[in-house]
This record gives sequence, structure tokens and C-alpha cells, in this order.
Amino acid sequence: MQDQYKINIRDMSFFIEKKQIIYDLNLDIRTNEILSIFGPAGSGITTLLRALNRLNELIPGARIEGDILLDGKSVYRKEVVLTELRRKIGMVFDVPTPLPMSIFDNIAYGARLKGEKNKKVLSDIVERALKEAALWDEVKNRLKTSALALSGGQQQRLCIARVLALEPEVILLDRPCSGLDPISTAKIEDSLTQLKERFTIILAPHNLQQAGRVSDYVAFMLMGELIETGKNDDIFANPKDQRTSDYITGRFG
Amino acid sequence: MRVKPKTTELIAKILIWSAAIFVLAVLSFIIIYILYRGLPMISWSFLTEIPRNMGRDGGIASPIVGTIMVTAVAIALAVPLGIGTAFYLAEYTKESGITRVIRFSAESLAGIPSIVYGLFGFIFFVIYLNLGWSVLAGGLTLAVMILPTVIRTSEEAIRAVPQSYREVSFSLGGTKWQTIIKAVFPSAIQGISNGIILGVGRCVAETAAIMLTAGGALRMATSLFSPTRTMAVHFYILAREGISMSNAYGTAALLIILIFIINVVSNALVNRFMAKNR
Amino acid sequence: MSKFRENISKYIFLALAFSSISALALITIFIIINGIPIIAEVGVLNFIFGMSWAPSHGEFGIFPMIIGSVTVTLGAALLGVPIGICCAVFLTEFAPQTISRIFRPAIQLLAGIPSVVYGFWGLLFIVPMIRNWFGGPGLSILAGSIILAIMVLPTVISITEVSILALPRNYKEGALALGLTHWQTIYSVILPSAKSGIVAAVILGIGRAIGETMAVIMVLGNAVAIPESILDPVRTLTTNIGIEMGYAAGTHRQALFATGIVLFIIIMILNATAQYVTRKKK
Repeated sequence: MQDQYKINIRDMSFFIEKKQIIYDLNLDIRTNEILSIFGPAGSGITTLLRALNRLNELIPGARIEGDILLDGKSVYRKEVVLTELRRKIGMVFDVPTPLPMSIFDNIAYGARLKGEKNKKVLSDIVERALKEAALWDEVKNRLKTSALALSGGQQQRLCIARVLALEPEVILLDRPCSGLDPISTAKIEDSLTQLKERFTIILAPHNLQQAGRVSDYVAFMLMGELIETGKNDDIFANPKDQRTSDYITGRFG
Repeated sequence: MRVKPKTTELIAKILIWSAAIFVLAVLSFIIIYILYRGLPMISWSFLTEIPRNMGRDGGIASPIVGTIMVTAVAIALAVPLGIGTAFYLAEYTKESGITRVIRFSAESLAGIPSIVYGLFGFIFFVIYLNLGWSVLAGGLTLAVMILPTVIRTSEEAIRAVPQSYREVSFSLGGTKWQTIIKAVFPSAIQGISNGIILGVGRCVAETAAIMLTAGGALRMATSLFSPTRTMAVHFYILAREGISMSNAYGTAALLIILIFIINVVSNALVNRFMAKNR
Repeated sequence: MSKFRENISKYIFLALAFSSISALALITIFIIINGIPIIAEVGVLNFIFGMSWAPSHGEFGIFPMIIGSVTVTLGAALLGVPIGICCAVFLTEFAPQTISRIFRPAIQLLAGIPSVVYGFWGLLFIVPMIRNWFGGPGLSILAGSIILAIMVLPTVISITEVSILALPRNYKEGALALGLTHWQTIYSVILPSAKSGIVAAVILGIGRAIGETMAVIMVLGNAVAIPESILDPVRTLTTNIGIEMGYAAGTHRQALFATGIVLFIIIMILNATAQYVTRKKK
């Protein structure tokens, strides 16, 4: 069967002022699969994720070369409307970041930005998103309370629900479980494996075990370069590059 | 003979403690004395009656209304201008020539003495714009005076909003404007309102600038164009002309209570703000 | 549509941000155009160094007022700055938490009390005290300096405190680890490191003192004469405006605006210096 590619990254280099963060990166990302991009801290993984939804543009002096295609079309085209692009490519950050408002308002935030005012529609969106993120049962009786009062794990699932409410096509997760306990992490990983049926998921795992547990494909990055990519089992079982095997076996540094 | 470090230490400690105690003592003395002489004067009729006989008799109802009106005008103008400036400085621009000029202007405005504001308000609002001695002229003058306070506190509050809130809002498809209105502003509102309250405090306490711009009428102000006097001006005239010491004490006591309340509210806001951001 | 709204909002904010620039420009222009004619008429030097102020006779010399402002402010700085710095050191280094929890709001209250109330209190207590202890009319430079010293305390204390608190913790710990006593640490490490902040505090305090009107108007005596001692009454630039603005007209009013120009220039120099000092620190 022919592979379906959702995203193609072509000869992508990324700079902040004069400093190069990513070197000449090529990567094809398949539809309805979970891709984990792993590597030591400072490898440029966060930058890569943020190049996809163009959030890097908030950084002064940021500059990109090469191209990134979504469904075969460049996300850096002139006519791309940033807000629409970011709704298509949702993002979950490493630290749970509920906005200081109620649970309901957090989930409805994106829809309201789009101009949705109908109460019924909004509450349907909120309910569906919270159910998909496996948070509904825990919060359904306190939707009007502050999202800041939730536990860390609940907050992160809230953030995932908030992205799901956008009905995106791609979900970027930047070390979403780095501050969470194992039980919360397991819950999030469970929902990710269910969500991949409908979304393309790109995950920066916070450790190798997570990459091994949830991903179909993995990619290894080191100091801004993509070293190797392939099926999960292949890379972990017999990496082709010495650096990959060094990193996997913990012989690095 | 060399003084032993222990001895110096002791002397320094005594000096520093006595400076602190001295300041507290002076402050308490001023406040307690004014309250002691003024509180007995404050009664329902004092608050609700219009001054009669140049202020010798009657209450201070019209200066109270004058204070409220002038302050309201000042806040109504300074708040949108100040918050807008703060958002521009914090959200819309990198440090550049233009921000330096804006900052320099705001800091300079903060340092200008109130009597110079009075001169300016008199010649610009009262004479040039032909508003006459009025609530409006006084309020506009105070608006310029408190503008830097509103700018500074608002900018600090906006900068204290975590960057992640902005990133989340953008990543959910928010435009810059939506992000500012829906994610940043609600989180900064407490700090901003603290700035507004400090501005109110300055308006209530101001005398020189109002005296030259709002006139000194004892009548109840009926419109923005009526001349009026504020409580601080009323107090000054009563005390300086020796019209009625007891009414002067009463007015001063009321002013101090007002300032005290304003400070308590402001501190409560700041504390809640800090607790939330921890 | 949304792009359009984005740009509009940006320009609205920019326009609002110009409010402080235009306010400063308007103040500068209107004070200057109303004061310059009389300065041009009597001459800059005659205006600034003239000894006689008699507006009804066309004599406009503000030198006594300049001396008045300078002496009263100097006195306030001499009294207020050491006490203010001591209080800031007290707050950051010595005060038990219970006391600092009272002290900080107290200082805030001190800053908020209307200046007329200070003047009134000075008239009731400081002036008679000076009259009884030192003789003279009591309405004097000394009385004004004492009142202003109290009034600049909040400025001096808060800015000094902030600059001490901004010091890295290891400065203090390093000094203590070297075996310095607490006071030696404060004296030889903390205060020198916080110097630029303290200097800014002093300059801004002086700016506040020299610009204050209502507090000193009641206690200075307001005589237009060069003082011979600190027990003599004086008039400052600010009180000159405050007293006479109510009834001045024509050239007299222009002369008061000209007084405002001089005051304005002094303040702008002080502000610019303070801004320069704080910026250099960063």
C-alpha cells in the first residue's frame, strides 16, 4: 500500500539571528500515525514542532529556509492565513497551560475565537472534546470552576481537549508528560493511541520509553540534524547509525 | 584606639532601628492627631450638607461631589490612554527609538510638579480651550498627571502575564488582537486596576493643580462645566484662611480615611495578583 | 477583514501611546510660550539673578526664590536621605516580618496623604516648636525642610529598597562567609553595590521636594528675600506660583509662567539624570 503523507519537510533550516538551530532537515510524516521525534535536549525538536504551526514567528529574528508542505501545499505560502493554519495544526505544550478561566471557557476558547457564540453548539463542542481527552467524567460537574484548580495531569488533558475542540488535522505534542506522574502519563498515552485514528500526531516524548510505547514511527534528532527515521521497532531493534544506537543504549555523552 | 566591630555593629543597629521607629512615630502622630481632632466632626449632616458661610458652617457635601466628579473625569480619560500605551509598549513593539521616546515622556510626566500641571491646565484647558474653571478642566489636568502611574502599573501587569498564555492563544488560532483581549487582558486586570486605584488616590490628594483649574466654588457642581472645589482644596482654604479649624480637621480626617481605604484595596489587589501568579 | 482589523488595532494602540508624548509636548510648549515674553522683556540674567520681585512695579527677579527652593530642598535632602536609607536598610536587613508588614503599608500611607495635610500639621507643630526652641518667626527654611524631609521619605525608601532587593543573594552571603559582620556587610558590600539605585532615589526625592507646593506654602513664611539663616522665612519657585496665580494677570501672570519654566527645566534635568543613572546600572 502506498504511504499517505500528511506533512513533508523539505531541506528545512532554521535560524534565530545568526545562530542555526536546524540543519537541512527532510522528513515525511504519515497520516493517522504517531511519529515520535526524540533526541537529547537542545536538539531543535521544539523548534521543529513550532515551525510546523509557525509559532516560531513570535521569536524576534527567526528565519526559515526550505519548505514545509501540509497536504502538498506550503504552509509558508503568502496566502496562508495563520489563524487557520494553527487551527489545523493544534499544539500541546510541555508545561500544562490552562488559561486563567473556567474549564468550559478554556475548551471553548478556540471556537469562540472563530466567532462561535451559540451556547448549545459551544457546550456540544466542550463535551465532545472533553470526552475524547478522557476528562469528561472527572470534570463534568464543575465546568464553570477555574481550570487552574485541576491537577497537573488533568490540566494537560484539558489542554489536549482544548486542541481537539478545534477539530484539527495534526496535533503537535511537545513533551506533554514531562512533569506528570506515571498514572496521568498512562491516561494521556491511552488517549493518544485512540486519537491517531482520526489525526496525525507528532510527539516529542520526554523519554525513550514513551517513544517506544506509543509511536508507530520514530525520528532521532541530534544537534539540529535529523539522524535517522523509520518504523518504531526497526530503529530501536537495529539502528543504522552509530549515534542513534549510542543514544538508545545510553552510551551518549 | 580602634573601635571594635562589635561596638560599631551595635551603634549602627541602634541608629537604624531608631530611624525606623522615628518614622513610624511621626506618621502615627500625624494620623492620630488629625483623626483625633477630625473624627468627632464627621457626622451625617457634615457629609450631606452644603458648606455655608464660606465653609464656617454646614458640611462638605459639595466638595465631596466635586472630588468624585473631577476624579471620574480624570480616570475616564487616563485609563484608556494609559492602558492603550501600556499595551503598545508591552505587546506591539520591540524596544526602539519610538518606545524610548514614549518611556521618556511618561517618566518625565511623572516627575513634573503638580503646580506646573496647574499652570498648564489653567492656560490650556481653562483659557485656551475656553473650558473656564470647571470640573472638566480640573479632571483633564489630573488625567495628564496620573497618566504615567496608569501606564507604569499597567505595563508591569501586562509583562507579568506568562508568555505561555500568549502562545496558547496563538496556537489555538487567535489573532494578536484576540490574544490581547481574551488571554492577556483578563490576566493583567488586577494589576491594571491597582494602577487605576493609585491614580484615584493621587486625584483625591491633589490640591495645587486643581486649585488653578477647577476654581474654588462652594456651590454644588451641576455639570462638567461648573466650577467646583475638591475636599483637598476645601481643606486648604479652610486651614489657610483660618475659616474653621474644626471643619478643616473634619475634612482632613475624611481625606486620610479615604486614602487609607484606597491603599487597603490596592494592597488587597496586589496580594491576590501575586498569589495567583505564584 | 481580520488582517485589516489587526492593523487598525495596532495603529489605535500606537495613537494612544502618543498621548504621553503629546501631553509632554503640549505642557512644554504652553508653559514656554506663556513665559518667554516676559523673560525676553527683562532679560534672562535679570530674570534669574534679579533680587527684586515686585510685579506691580514691573520688577521680576526670581533669585530669592531660586535660593529659597535650593536651601529648603537641600535641607530636606540632608534630613530625609539618611533617614530614608536607614529605613530601607532596616526593611531589607533588620526588620522582623511582623514589623515590616506594618512598616510597608505605613510608608505607602505616608506617600498617599495629601500634601496640604502635611503643611497644616507643620503649621500646627513644627512652626511653633521652632519658634519656641530657636526663636525667630518659626515660619522658616527649617520648617519647610522638615516637612519635605518627611514627604520625600516614601520615594527614597521605596527606590532604595528595590535596588537593595535587586542585588544577587550571593553578594551578601559571600561577604558574610568572609567573616564580615552584618553591619560591615551592609556598609562595605550592600550599600556600595546598590549605589546607582540609591543615587536615583536621592535625585527623585530631590525632584519631589523642589516641586512640592502645598506642603511648604503654609510653613515657609513666603517672604521674598535672601535668607541669612535657616530660621528665616523664604519663598520658593513653587510657592511663588501657588500664592500669586490666583489673582495675577498680564505681565505678572507671564512672570509666573516664566517661574514655571525655570522650575520645569530644573525638574527635567533632575529626571534625565535619574533616568540616566538607573539605565547605566542595567
